[in-house]
Amino acid sequence: MKTIIIDDEEMARAIVGKLSSNNKNINLKESFSNAIEAIKYLNQNNVDLIFLDIHMPGFTGFDLLQTLKNPPKVILTTSDKNFAIEAFEYDCIVDYLVKPVTQERFNKAVQKATLFSQTNKVESKPKDSEVINELYVNIDRRLVKINFATINLIEAKGDYILIKTDSKNYTVHSTMKKIEEKLPDDLFLKVHRSFIINTTKIIDIEDNSVLIGNNVIPVSRSNRPELMKRLNLL
Amino acid sequence: MNEKPNLNYLNEISGGDVAFERKLLEIVKKELPNEINSYKKFLNENNFKQAAELVHKIKHKISILGLEKSYQVAIDYEEDLKQDNLNLKLEFDEILNSMISFIKTV
Repeated sequence: MKTIIIDDEEMARAIVGKLSSNNKNINLKESFSNAIEAIKYLNQNNVDLIFLDIHMPGFTGFDLLQTLKNPPKVILTTSDKNFAIEAFEYDCIVDYLVKPVTQERFNKAVQKATLFSQTNKVESKPKDSEVINELYVNIDRRLVKINFATINLIEAKGDYILIKTDSKNYTVHSTMKKIEEKLPDDLFLKVHRSFIINTTKIIDIEDNSVLIGNNVIPVSRSNRPELMKRLNLL
Repeated sequence: MNEKPNLNYLNEISGGDVAFERKLLEIVKKELPNEINSYKKFLNENNFKQAAELVHKIKHKISILGLEKSYQVAIDYEEDLKQDNLNLKLEFDEILNSMISFIKTV
């Protein structure tokens, strides 16, 4: 789940960040020390889950929730037990973590969030034809369909991106950030600022590179832990 | 106050990540003295609402340093301060002193 943390306390952000790094369901994107910066981010990026502090100066966690039209799932993180009743008024809030948070309790909350989203998917189950398995890209004024499963990797090329599939390469005028948001999290991973890979297509991994087809892709140090977390290591 | 500050909670969540433990302790060392100063300043000014805000900030650090009973004292004291009640002040000040002594040793 694409996740952000919103908490005015540096220590609290560090702790939730640490607990997130130990949970394979969390793909931590950003941390914010105030709600305003987070709202700007949420207006431009899709997020599945927010760890949200309630007690923040000026603009509280509840204030933030009221500004969002379609809030993602939210796990409240707070030192105050007194807000639990108010929390029940928000459908998006799936759990309520009282600081100090342990890994065990954190994992339980994440599991709830995962189950919550699966339940909601069943309730509003799309028809098979509505399940998105592909991406349409604009090439020479034609919208060309590319199935996610056929994509090996995406490479940044200045103002363009190069989408390499099993059979063909497509050069598209777009950015890595835009395409990253369109790709399913469970298949794709950004391993370097210029490369997103389909993790099911990995042949092997060396220290700082990964082999996909006959392409050797660099893996940046900061992205390596997330890559290793995805692997079913023996 | 019988309990002593400790690193049990930090050890538990760090999973042996020493750099992470160090980072959190550095944050405590950097922020706690300033927060205590602000707390005292607001008390001197009889601005108990703002003093309660500082207690709120400090109480998370109390829990990080494994002081479970003291954490409950801080919760109660924060609420009391909002009602201009300083009954728990001495007990809370004792907690602060033990934390300050402790962070000098780690």
